[in-house]
Amino acid sequence: MSGGAAGIPKPLPSSGPKSLREMPHPLATSSSEEMGPALTPSPDLLLPRSVADKDLSLPNGTPVDTSSPASSSSLLNRLQLDDDLDGEAKDLFVTVDDPKKHVCTMETYITYRVTTKTTRAEFDLPEYSVRRRYQDFDWLRNKLEESQPTHLIPPLPEKFVVKGVVDRFSEEFVETRRKALDKFLKRITDHPVLSFNEHFNVFLTAKDLNAYKKQGMALLSKMGESVKYVTGGYKLRSRPLEFAAIGEYLDTFSLKLGTIDRIAQRIIKEQLEYLVELREYGPIYSTWGGLEVELSEPLEGVSACIGNCCTALEELSEDMTDDFLPVLREYMLYSESMKNVLKKRDQVQAEYEAKLEAVALKKEDRPKVPTDVEKCQDRVECFNADLKADMERWQNNKRQDFRQLLMGMADKNIQYYEKVCDVVALAGVKVVNCSPRWWLFFKKCLCHFTVKNLKILIL
Amino acid sequence: MEERGNKRGGSETPLGRGARPAGRSGGDFSEESRAGSHHHPDTPPCPERAGPRGAPRPVPCGRARCACRSGLSACAQRGAEPLIAMESAEAEASESRPEEDGAVPAGDLPLPEQPAATMEDCLAKKMEITVSEAEKRTGRNAMNMQETYTAYLIETRAVESQNEGQCSPVDSLWRRYSEFELLRNYLLVTYPHIVVPPLPEKRADFVWHKLSADNMDPDFVERRRIGLENFLLRVASHPVLCQDKIFYSFLTQEGGWKEMVNETGFQLKADSRLKALNATFRVKNPDKRFTELKHYSDELQSVISHLLRVRARVADRLYGVYKVHGNYGRVFSEWSAIEKEMGDGLQSAGHHMDVYAASIDDILEEEEHYADQLKEYLFYAEALRAVCRKHELMQYDLEMAAQDLTSKKQQCEELATGTVRTFSLKGMTSKLFGQETPEQREAKIKVLEEQIQEGEEQLKSKNLEGRDFVKSAWADIERFKEQKNHDLKEALISYAVMQISMCKKGIQVWTNAKECFSKM
Repeated sequence: MSGGAAGIPKPLPSSGPKSLREMPHPLATSSSEEMGPALTPSPDLLLPRSVADKDLSLPNGTPVDTSSPASSSSLLNRLQLDDDLDGEAKDLFVTVDDPKKHVCTMETYITYRVTTKTTRAEFDLPEYSVRRRYQDFDWLRNKLEESQPTHLIPPLPEKFVVKGVVDRFSEEFVETRRKALDKFLKRITDHPVLSFNEHFNVFLTAKDLNAYKKQGMALLSKMGESVKYVTGGYKLRSRPLEFAAIGEYLDTFSLKLGTIDRIAQRIIKEQLEYLVELREYGPIYSTWGGLEVELSEPLEGVSACIGNCCTALEELSEDMTDDFLPVLREYMLYSESMKNVLKKRDQVQAEYEAKLEAVALKKEDRPKVPTDVEKCQDRVECFNADLKADMERWQNNKRQDFRQLLMGMADKNIQYYEKVCDVVALAGVKVVNCSPRWWLFFKKCLCHFTVKNLKILIL
Repeated sequence: MEERGNKRGGSETPLGRGARPAGRSGGDFSEESRAGSHHHPDTPPCPERAGPRGAPRPVPCGRARCACRSGLSACAQRGAEPLIAMESAEAEASESRPEEDGAVPAGDLPLPEQPAATMEDCLAKKMEITVSEAEKRTGRNAMNMQETYTAYLIETRAVESQNEGQCSPVDSLWRRYSEFELLRNYLLVTYPHIVVPPLPEKRADFVWHKLSADNMDPDFVERRRIGLENFLLRVASHPVLCQDKIFYSFLTQEGGWKEMVNETGFQLKADSRLKALNATFRVKNPDKRFTELKHYSDELQSVISHLLRVRARVADRLYGVYKVHGNYGRVFSEWSAIEKEMGDGLQSAGHHMDVYAASIDDILEEEEHYADQLKEYLFYAEALRAVCRKHELMQYDLEMAAQDLTSKKQQCEELATGTVRTFSLKGMTSKLFGQETPEQREAKIKVLEEQIQEGEEQLKSKNLEGRDFVKSAWADIERFKEQKNHDLKEALISYAVMQISMCKKGIQVWTNAKECFSKM
């Protein structure tokens, strides 16, 4: 046991009989108060014995690069690739919330609060709370792309509002953006490599991000530095099958998403036009009711009913606009950036192949391949490995995201119809109004259905 | 409009309906106590005859094909109360108005009642009437040019008593729409105090884009067929109209009917439009109730037209919403082709989106029935107006006759006493050219006195006519009001049920889709 404190040493988590689950939860207040730096669980204790071995490989078969600055202490974290692990096993939590408007002389902008809770050694404190604006997120993304070019970086919500008339400061817009930024950070948090990125750390923790930005410190990972290439001008002979497949997949995928986006927009448009007509339709019944005596109440009831249907429809359209469309757009952006990474990979491979060929052409009997070429080979292999791992993770996440998205869409529609059902049943009640015979008729008509709340209405 | 309380004599009489066309709906009391059914107020229509999609269709009960055959006798067919019973109730309702000299206020004289059919006597009870088929025909019109038209098959059969269960033979004949029009025009002229049931529209109106405005379109023809049947049933269950011979012949006599109608000379009896318009503007003391009724029918017409127009647009838009969802089906299918685990879920969800998009066709077709029910009352408003116009015409006629009588009496008096009270050409000429001889004056007075005598008798009979008309018209209007309230309530309930049915379908489809998504 290292880092012991005076007094009765608390049972520090060890990798022995106790599992990570028994670690005090990062969000538990007691731990953050009581645990000072001295009591931070020692890195060594988190390691299973075997980590010391060099040829450890991650569960999905990717060889582990243990030489990265992210120390082997975080290796265990890396083992937690699966998003399905429940929250307790994660040790980094990030949230984006509390948008606030700032009015300055030069400009007006929105900042968001970024809250971090963690037990990782890379962080000095267990908790952070900073304010960031969109620019900062954009900067972070660029830095990540630079420093981790072999990985798929999650997309940001669109920078500019293309549609022209959208209000940058409207509640809906800000909320949509907040959700997307939150998603962005969470995706990074869940990534075993990206979450340990220096820039990410600074983004989460620095009080004055601008100062850091100006320093231009680029702590590149070894991989990053080595893959600091330019548009090589090397031509790739052929993409390996699996990457070609990924490329094709992404092409078709983004095409289909684009179509779905257009369809969804069209539906929303049609719904709004339907709403316009309904808004005129309802009040006519009211006018009619004014002419009648016995039918006055029933007609008023119909009018009110239609009004309620309008409200329900409005909510449905809003939900689709605010929750459905942005996710589609996100994934389309994601696909685009992924295709770029694929291209970079192609570049790296092309360079390697070119150099290899150059060596072969020299026809000198060299006993071994020059280190230069060897490095290229390394690069290619690492790139391929990282990319494959990320693709698999991406596929998994995509599947869950879309599952959730589409189920959500179905849910919203179901809720809409249920609302309308209730509202119409209520109007029907108004029409039959106290007349037992009409009641009977109405009930008989409805006997084919089970209206959820009709029983309540029937009293 | 003021709803009058029901003060009919003796037996408990139903509140909720007027003369319901027997077939319009009814027959659910075949299950319930038939004995009691006559006395129940507010008899709603038959929910048993739910259409294929669960919403009750206004399927006429008298159809030969209708399963609910026992319906007619037990049917919610409540004829209007016989006019005889109304005598006592009517007296108080009439107001006293300032009268022209000689015009006697209504309600003071006993009214000769025209015998009307009781509930049991209505033709609809004795005879099953259906318009069962429609057929395209070509023929030559009056100008010997070829034309295409649709002919409708009217089938009639005498109703058998429940016990015998024998089938009497079905009579049938073909009629085209113009003959229906002729019949209705005849009824309008012959029974001006009755709110004559309207015909379905001649041309498709208030259509939304998918519905054809073509008269030959099969859907339009079908809806018209139902409308024509409805018309016949309404006439057949009207206590007064059902007794008309021309109507009976229309149903039963194939050849020579047109000649028969024209022989009645009803066209001559028809009031000219100009005359009616003139009367509307110039009448001084119409019955206030009719003025209010006219105002009501104008507003009703306006509001229902507006409603139908917007409803058509609503239908259009809803169609669009549903159909666009169909595109999801195709794109999900295409997408599923590149996915592994997600593929199946996407594919089957896409299928449900196709189902969703296709469901709107049936939904909107069903809604057309609701629109048709509203349209009927839109046209009924016109019939109401016609009755009001007739009253104004008669009242104006009366006022003119009274005025004429007054002026003749005055003339007579002037001649008799020699005083000239009012300026007249006669007076001037006699001043200028000398007085008439006493003999001449005597002769004139005699003529005038005869005319006055005639005039007074005429005025009396016109008064009687006028009051008769008001009485019987108002009775039918009350019957109509009850019918309208009942029918519209039924229409609104059916509409509500249709909407709920649509929602249920929507919930079903999206629940299925959700399940598919969950398996992704």
